[in-house]
Formats: sequence, C-alpha cells, structure tokens
Amino acid sequence: MPLELFTVGEPIADTTAPRDVPLPDRWNERKFRARLVNPANRRRLSVIVVGTGLAGGSAAATLAEMGYRVKNFWFQDSPRRAHSVAAQGGINAAKNYRNDGDSVHRLFYDTVKGGDFRSREDNSYRLAEVSAAIIDQAVAQGVPFAREYGGLLDNRSFGGAQVSRTFYARGQTGQQLLYGAYQALERQIGLGNVEQHPRTEMLDLIVVDGKARGIVVRHLITGEITSHFADAVVLASGGYSNVFYLSTNAKGSNVTAAWRAHKRGALFANPCYTQIHPTCIPVSGDYQSKLTLMSESLRNDGRVWVPKERGDTRNPKDIPEDERDYYLERKYPAFGNLVPRDIASRQAKAVCDEGRGVGPNGLGVYLDFSDAIARVGQAAIEAKYGNLFDMYNRITGENAYETGMRIYPAVHYTMGGLWVDYDLSSNIPGLFVIGEANFSDQGANRLGASALMQGLADGYFVLPSTISNYLADGPFPAVDATHPAAVEAEQSVRAQTERLLSINGTRTVASFHRELGKLMWDLCGMERSEPGLRKALDRIPEIRQEFWSNVKVSGEQGIFNQNLEHAGRVADFIELAELMCVDALHRNESCGGHFRAESQTPEGEALRDDENYAYVAAWEYTPEGEPPVLHREALEYEYVHLAQRSYK
Amino acid sequence: MNLTLRIWRQRDRTKKGKMVTYHVTDVSPDMSFLEMLDVLNEKLILDGDDPVAFDHDCREGICGSCGLMINGIAHGPEQTTVCQLHMRSFSDGDVLDIEPWRAGGFPVVKDLAVDRSAFDRIISAGGFISAPTGTAPEAHSTPVPKKNSDAAFDAATCIGCGACVAACPNGSAMLFTAAKVSHLGLMPQGQPERDSRVLKMVAQQDAEDFGGCSNIGECSAVCPKGISMETISRLNHDLLGALRAGGVPTS
Repeated sequence: MPLELFTVGEPIADTTAPRDVPLPDRWNERKFRARLVNPANRRRLSVIVVGTGLAGGSAAATLAEMGYRVKNFWFQDSPRRAHSVAAQGGINAAKNYRNDGDSVHRLFYDTVKGGDFRSREDNSYRLAEVSAAIIDQAVAQGVPFAREYGGLLDNRSFGGAQVSRTFYARGQTGQQLLYGAYQALERQIGLGNVEQHPRTEMLDLIVVDGKARGIVVRHLITGEITSHFADAVVLASGGYSNVFYLSTNAKGSNVTAAWRAHKRGALFANPCYTQIHPTCIPVSGDYQSKLTLMSESLRNDGRVWVPKERGDTRNPKDIPEDERDYYLERKYPAFGNLVPRDIASRQAKAVCDEGRGVGPNGLGVYLDFSDAIARVGQAAIEAKYGNLFDMYNRITGENAYETGMRIYPAVHYTMGGLWVDYDLSSNIPGLFVIGEANFSDQGANRLGASALMQGLADGYFVLPSTISNYLADGPFPAVDATHPAAVEAEQSVRAQTERLLSINGTRTVASFHRELGKLMWDLCGMERSEPGLRKALDRIPEIRQEFWSNVKVSGEQGIFNQNLEHAGRVADFIELAELMCVDALHRNESCGGHFRAESQTPEGEALRDDENYAYVAAWEYTPEGEPPVLHREALEYEYVHLAQRSYK
Repeated sequence: MNLTLRIWRQRDRTKKGKMVTYHVTDVSPDMSFLEMLDVLNEKLILDGDDPVAFDHDCREGICGSCGLMINGIAHGPEQTTVCQLHMRSFSDGDVLDIEPWRAGGFPVVKDLAVDRSAFDRIISAGGFISAPTGTAPEAHSTPVPKKNSDAAFDAATCIGCGACVAACPNGSAMLFTAAKVSHLGLMPQGQPERDSRVLKMVAQQDAEDFGGCSNIGECSAVCPKGISMETISRLNHDLLGALRAGGVPTS
C-alpha cells in the first residue's frame, strides 16, 4: 500500500466498557459506575439533539422527560418525517415469545455473525440486552404492532436468524415506531421541555476548549445563520447512502452534520461498510431521483432468473424454460433464491455485467412468481404480497402477476459512521453520536430488522444513561456567539455559502451528484477492486475541483433555497466519497457488505482476513491534499468464535 | 409527451403570488410527477431562473412531505401522494394547474411549499399516550383484541401530508385529528387520557386557522392512505362522551 493514500496514527480503544466483569454484566455495571445527575440539577443542563428519527426523536423525548433542557434541530418541516418513517420490515427483540430458543445471547451472536465479525462485542451484546424493553416501551406508547387473535403480539422471521423474533406493523413498522417517538417528543415540546428548531440544518460543530459545546445552523426558510449552545451535542443525523445519488434513502438524507463534525476532529469509522439490498425496483431513466425497495420476503415465492443468451429482449413469457438461467438456484442449490442479501446482490450485478440483464437499460433481473401462482393460486400470492404488487404496479405500470417483477440491487443502509465508544461518545468530549450516524453495533453488515432496534436502543435506553455521566461535570462555563470558536465556525459557514452562490458555473448541483453517484456505484459499490478504487481516487479530486469552479447554484442566501441546501450536501458527499474509497482500498479483505475482488474463496464468496483486518478503521480528517490518518481499534472476541460465514 | 404547466409562484409568505406558465417536453410516462418537476427545475437553474420550491423527501409515499393541487385535486388524479403519481396518468398536450395546498391553516412558505406546523401543535396538545421511557410494563401484560389493533393501525397510517385539509371546502383538519383520536382511543393503553385527549386536540384544531367539519367527505376521497370517515364519527362520539363526563370544552 503506497504511503500517500493515508498515514497511520496511534491506535484507539474503547475505555468505557467495564471489561473486568463478564459480558452479560457489563451494561448493568456501566450504569452502576456512571455518575448521576440529581433530578433538581438536570434543568440547569442543556443538550442539543440533531435529528428526529428513531434515534434522535427517542433521545430528545427521553432526555426531556428526565428533566434536561433539550434543543432539537431537524431539516424537514416536522419531526414526523425523518427517514426512519420509511422502514418497512420490522424490529428484532429477544423476547422469545415463540418459545423457539431465542435469548439475549442468541440475538447477540446472530448480530456479530451477521456483521461478519467486524462489530464490537460489548456494543452488540448491549443492543440485544435492551431490545426487549424497546417493545415494551413502544407498546405502552400505543404502537399498533401486528397481533394474533388472542390479542398477543405476532412475530415473523427475518434473514440471518433461525428464530422468529421480528415484531412488525404490516409493512410500516418504521412509521409506527417513529410516530411513537414523535408523539413522546411532541408531548415534551408541549410541556415546554424541548425547544424545537424545524427546517434547520446543522452546518458546523462548535468546539470550545476541546469540548463540543454548540452547533452552527442555517434556517432553511429565512437563510439566517445562527449559533446554538449547550452542555453536550448529540448527532442523530442518519446514514450516508445518498453518496451514491440513487439509493433507497430519502432525498434529503445527507452526511453533512456528521461530516462537518468529522472536519472538527471526530473520527469517521469504517466508511466503506455499505449495505446493498437485492430487491429494489430498477432504474427507469436518467431522470430517476431515487430507488424503491421491495421487501425481500418476496424471495420466498419468487424465482430469480435472466435469459441464457445476451441481449435477449423477448417478452419474458415468450422465453422458454430451457432458455432461462435461474442462476441463484444453479449456483447455490442449498439456499437457492434465499441466499443472503450481499450474495443475491452481487450475483445480480454479475449477470447484468455479462450483458444478460433485462429491462430498458439492461440493469435488472426477473423475480418470477408464475410457478408459485401455478402452485397455490393468485389469490394466495395476493394475500401474502398484495400491497407489494400494487406498489410495483404504481411505479412501473406493469402487472407482476402476469409478467413477474424486474428487480435490481440498491444501496439502502450504511454501517460506517462517526466513531463512538461504549458510552456512544465520539472522541470529542461532549459529542455523542447515535443511530445510523455512528459506526454502530452492526459490523460490516446489518441483519434485517436490526436498524430500528439500534436507533431506539440508543435513544431510549443507552444514551440517556451514558450522557448523564458526562453531564455530571456540568454545567460548563457559559459560551455565546461572541466566543472566538463560535465566531470562526459561523464565519466559515457564511464563507462556504457565499462561495457556492458566487461560482455561477455551467453545471447543476444534481449533475455533479449524479456523476459522483455513478462513479461510486461502479467502483465502490457491490464489488471493489484495487484498479477500480484507484481510478475512483484519481477521478474524485477532479470532480471536486470542477464542482468548486463550475457549479451553478441558483438564487440567494436569504430565502428558501433548496438548490443551495443540495449544493452544500453534495460538497460533503464528494469529500466523503474520497475517504470511502481510501477505506475500501486499504481494507484488502472482503467482509459483509465490503467485497474486494482480490479477496474471495475459490467459489467466489467473501473471504475475510482476520489476521490483518480484525479492527475498526477510524479515520482522522486532514486538510485537502494531505492523506487521512488511520487509527486502528483492535477487535477482540472473547465470547464469539471467529468463523468464515458459509451458506453452502 | 409535452405538457403545459401553470405553476403557483410566490417568493415568500409575505409576497403576493401568481400563476406562471412553463412548457416541459419529452416527458417520459415512467417519471414520477416530482421527477418531472425536477427536470423542469434543472432547466430553470441553467437558464438562471429560480427553481420551483416544493417539499418532498422519501419519494415512496410514506413521509408525508410532498403535496400539491393538480387541476384542483389534492395529490392529483390517482389517490396517492404526488411522489407516487406517475406521468403515465397524463396525456400529451395536457395543461396542468399546479398549486400549493390552499388552506387558512397552511400558510405558503414559497411556491408550492406550505407551513403545516399546525398539525404538530395538534399532536402536541394531546395526540399521545403519556408513557415516559422506562415506565412501560411487559408488552404482553395487556392483550389487545386483534380487531381493535387492526382498526387502530388503519387510523395510525395517516402520514400528516395535509391533503385532507387542502381538499376540504372548509379547510378543516378534522380527518387528521380524528385519525389520531381513533388510533389511540382504540387501544387499551389510550383509555386513561381518552377524554382529555379529544378535548385538547379539538381545542387546538379550533385555535388554528382551520374550518369546521360539515361531513362532506372530500378529505377521505383524496387521502393517500385511505383514512376512513368512520374516524370522524369516532371523534365526535368521543368528544360527546368527554363532554357528558364533565369535560369542559376549551374552544
């Protein structure tokens, strides 16, 4: 590895998990050792929370209930719109209501294994430990989970587990859980315990004497740029899938809050760990603005195939059985169409790269239900998946009962994020990071129905305990907008905004975003290789340079200017993309969602290299032109035996 | 296909707005309505014009951010959100009037974007079950009949987009409020606050610039989630019950 890509700094370690007691006792022990804040003193302490998704909404509500003064910021018009609202499938919890052998230890084990042995044991164990309380909490709030006729909660199974531990609310589990947190938050707003800042975007972090003490924001309607202060700052700003331009994330989802904190010194961990979901509706044209997921449960009854011959554009119904390639059944006879997400995604890409893809632009494969319909009848398929077939019909105008679906993989979750310790604190004291925004408990791959679990675990139960330990030292000396650190941060935000508006070039922000996204999808997507990543690392600085010399941002600063918002976010995505490629290139192994062409088994499966890469890669920001600094956190497994995942 | 768009342009809440005509060409039937507007906006930006502002986010019909009047119908002709409305629902040569939600309770922010914070204030007034984190009993301690749970879910699918208000000749927020009153009132957990909830939410709804409900039903007819008029009956039932039980109307 040539030195110019990065330099190696001091190793880091989590020092907050009490490793002197056994794993199952650590969270209780941590809570016991943590310092507390007397209820009467809490009202003297303030916390900024950025974001209102499952993590941010639940944290803001809970901290306010405890008595802290909360200032909550979000960019949408209402906290109910955070992208957690779009999660479909469900939420895992180790309740063992099915009596099928589930336990905290099993959920912990499945999470670590599902993450391909790249998550921290302590964090994953705690996630499993608090999972059951999340269900209790949500039910108490009135979340209408699916129930059986006896009135008790229903469960279903999800990928990567042999037990039925997923709680769900039809295909809208994220929406219902988010509304539970949102209503708790609105209650606190009504009681005057939360100061709300809708339509406000965080554009910088204010660090005073080494501590995170505030943020600089732009009000999206008035354009006003202001600073806000507190004793601690919590980022719950979500993931960065939109670096790929096309993803299943909402259009507004962005990395800006996390990236600006990174530029102020917060380490960014494992940025190359991205998850690509195999069953999404394919791109239909250049105008495409986002991708839509179709639940992977469809693979229970659908058969995936492409024509055997390249460029076969016949109607699928006219292609005879012996001219079809059911490639998953052929390559993975044991698992067939139900191979894990990463394998199904990579194989779809492979057949399309061979020129055998279907649909208008050749980037799609068939998910065919004709056998299932012949076997059980259309009514039975409708009862199981009717809403998905309707959604498919609405978007594509096609009747999937007759023609089958066309599907293609799409990016939908990022396991990387800002580095945090067991207390969910970043390396900047006072800056806490929760939910998808942190590098999480998920390792190199996330199991289905575990994102909702993590967001709510962090917000309802983990952060409220650990942040009190930090706040016990407060209140910290008052800071206001005249402090040099605040003045400098505000000035840099104003300067960037003015610069974006003054370039007045010839290309739109969206055109840069599309170009960057395509580059990342092609070279840092489902399969990565050294030549490809090097090519990307040559090209990204050129895109950055062209962006800053030729972008055309419309309008002005002092009005509602969505083009300006987008420009700032794309500028950050370009910088993040470079770090993702460096991380992907340096990690010369395949693990979970990170597949390096150079590191595969003879059968073409992901091959880990535990000897050299069993660590978290936490990156330190360096100014443009200087290589980033790698800080390694060694991953030690005391309770889980490292093994190669196998689906044969 | 080629279309003529007549779009409401308004710089901000305080300025007067007007309809402005635009022509879009080569529109693909597979585009969503918002993607068609994206294409228009990219052209406007390159021409040095101000792009049309509209709220949007998830673009899969669940976040509730988007919403426009298309030829006088909230979310257009298909009873879905505009992000899930596709151009194959229109024909070459169509002339489309595109306006923001028109309602006293939703002031225009810019162009097609409106301020729906009144909805949050209605929830804040009482649209919740008070269950601070940590107080919850075991989830199975109270079984909920599946029938009630399913009906609660149906009401809870409201995405807060505001189409109901925009479609209502009175600009009433009744369907929105009723959906939440129904969701929580159908669950055993929601019973202790059932009376106070409906009183407070209705009072807040009346305090905002929304009109009264006269059971016309336009709201339910455009609702992308198909929230039923039955929820309004349930709200009225609960409101009467709360008043009979001695509740004091606050509006």
